[in-house]
Amino acid sequence: MNAPVKHSEFSLPGVRCAACIAKIEQGLGHVPGVVGARVNLTAKRVDIEHEIGVDVPSLRKALGSLGFDAEPVLVRDDDLANRRESRQLLKALGVAGFAAMNIMLLSVSIWSGADGATRQLFHWLSALIAMPTVAYAGQPFFRSAWGALRHGHTNMDVPISIGVLLATALSLFETITGGAHAYFDGAVSLIFFLLAGRFLDSAMRDRARDGAGALLRQTAPGGTVVQPGGPSQWLAADAILPGMQLLVSAGERFAADGIIENGVSSVDRSLVTGESRAEPVEPGAAVIAGSLNLTGPLTVLVTATGPDTAIAGMARLMEAAGQGRSRYVRIADRAARWYAPAVHSLAAASFIGWMIAGAGWHESLLIAVAVLIVTCPCALGLAVPVAQVVASGALMRRGVLVKDGSALERLAEADRACFDKTGTLTLGRPELASADDLDSTERSVALALARASGHPLSRSLARALEQQGIEPALVSDLSELPGFGMEARAAGARVRLGRPDWIGIARPGVEMLSCGFEVEGRKPHLLNFADRLRPDAAEALARMSRMAMDPLILSGDRRDAVMAVAAELHVSAVVGMTPAEKLQAIERLTPAGHKVLMVGDGLNDGPALAAGHVSIAPSSASDVGQNAADIVFLGDSLLPVPIAVAAAHRTMRVVRQNFAMAIGYNVLAIPLALLGMVTPLIAAIAMSTSSIIVVANALRLTRCAR
Amino acid sequence: MSGIGLLIPIALLLGLSGLAAFMWSLSHGQFDDLEGAGERILIDDEGDTPPQHRTQAKVR
Repeated sequence: MNAPVKHSEFSLPGVRCAACIAKIEQGLGHVPGVVGARVNLTAKRVDIEHEIGVDVPSLRKALGSLGFDAEPVLVRDDDLANRRESRQLLKALGVAGFAAMNIMLLSVSIWSGADGATRQLFHWLSALIAMPTVAYAGQPFFRSAWGALRHGHTNMDVPISIGVLLATALSLFETITGGAHAYFDGAVSLIFFLLAGRFLDSAMRDRARDGAGALLRQTAPGGTVVQPGGPSQWLAADAILPGMQLLVSAGERFAADGIIENGVSSVDRSLVTGESRAEPVEPGAAVIAGSLNLTGPLTVLVTATGPDTAIAGMARLMEAAGQGRSRYVRIADRAARWYAPAVHSLAAASFIGWMIAGAGWHESLLIAVAVLIVTCPCALGLAVPVAQVVASGALMRRGVLVKDGSALERLAEADRACFDKTGTLTLGRPELASADDLDSTERSVALALARASGHPLSRSLARALEQQGIEPALVSDLSELPGFGMEARAAGARVRLGRPDWIGIARPGVEMLSCGFEVEGRKPHLLNFADRLRPDAAEALARMSRMAMDPLILSGDRRDAVMAVAAELHVSAVVGMTPAEKLQAIERLTPAGHKVLMVGDGLNDGPALAAGHVSIAPSSASDVGQNAADIVFLGDSLLPVPIAVAAAHRTMRVVRQNFAMAIGYNVLAIPLALLGMVTPLIAAIAMSTSSIIVVANALRLTRCAR
Repeated sequence: MSGIGLLIPIALLLGLSGLAAFMWSLSHGQFDDLEGAGERILIDDEGDTPPQHRTQAKVR
């Protein structure tokens, strides 16, 4: 067992249930060199522990033979740091919860009349629990407050930190001098409530980040390189240099940009264009990192790697476009901008006022601390995260994944909607128009051929025929001619499925997607494919305009293809746009005061998705599109887009209500605190009631996604 | 008063042990895969193949 071992992580989008877990873990156990495997169903990943000699492609192949598509995952340092941060918050929350419960227990007996030595004992016990708790669980607030103060501005954490620290210090002083009032319960339960909000926020951002490693995942983590005068060797992507020869087998992604030296195949560039149409390639053609080799093995001369590849360039363009969005200030922080100074001056004013009125410094300080505790933005700290977490949970059940914490806030502000056409308004995949002119024998032969190929048209044909309940025929001598099609023998006759000119039929038009099919001795057939509109697209766009968000189509496609769609949906459109032009179109709307919602899928939409005030992508989108989008929806229907917009509006309405309630509570409580009438009991009751009301109001959002 | 002297330490100890259990489970990955933990109960590992499961601690 002591042989040196290595860990490799793979992402497994297809793992769903207990049976999958058992199959993978037990199946991998039989692979030589594998020491252990552990599937994480929540993250849809498997962590494989294996001997050094076992390389990544063979593990991937082993997973493939178990029936699971696997992509190797590079574990990045910042992912780990974020996970650690969430865990740290959860630990602090646990400590604060424990302390708050116990101190409350002690405080209840003080409020119900314990005095003398008992009260002293209970105060000391509370102090014993509260001091380490504040020192440990309060750190996230102290650190953030210090960070803000050091740069000369203020945030929500400044009044929190000052309130908690002053209350603890004053209570300790009261305990030592035998005073009647200690605010340990208030200070600790404040930390507890606020940590709950902070943790919810961080958990939501973690979930968002899990989807974000996608760009790196899509560019292959490495490839097989031909060594001069030696056997070929698998190298990680960052070890591949320009000038090397890369062997790319069918079904593998290119790890670097390059020029084909040898081999004929077709390439799926859907990562780049969002179009699933496969492109035939031959020696001399350029390929880019991240695209998928479909049919035949290729030898590629590497021209650019890592940060020089076309896809990395697109990522940089997106990063630049997304900078405007990172300057967005969330609503809670905007509230803190005026809230924090108001609270501080109020507390200072009450201290000075009581000093002038003749009270001693001790009493004045007590009142100032009571003001700070009562005004601590407990409800404000909970109001936004709870509402957003509840709303995104409701949306998730409807198949809408909210990736970014502030996405709902920004979505509620959007007043224009721009849609891409291919893959967004349409399904973005070729659907078989009709198989009517094939008889049943021909259909089952066609299914047998189509099932054996990874070409998008073949897959679509196989899916359509399987839905009709057709059984594949028995065929022999099945072979794939790269770049042409499939060939086999069925019942003695040669059967072919592939390019129309190879079968011997004239192509109807360059833009029409079609393939030919022939059983030897019979009439050859032409099978046509078309990209259909998503179901409910018209209804979805109508709902958008009813919500005063005028839809507009931004498409890179030809004029007549876009016009047909635009006419059917009664929407205006701009055609023939490059990715940079889409970006400019959105940037032109922004200074005019419009907040643009961008809905798109392809890599060509990536910069526009990043530049929009908020963006949505379908789950069928290229990973780049999903990566750039704030919200991803599942399924074929387009209705989740207006549903998400409506839910965002409802969420922000609840958030504003919560703000109003929190402020209303402050308006009631502050005069009492200023008059020196807030005892620890009143502070505790007021604080918990306002938090509970805010949470209860946010829970109404469980049904917001209808 | 003597009752309190006994009961308060007991209450605090119970609370602390709960906190310690929470901390232990957090640091030993018990919350890493909540969905998977629910599904794993359905795996029938009394088949012909020896069970391949390891806890996270053993894998590390």
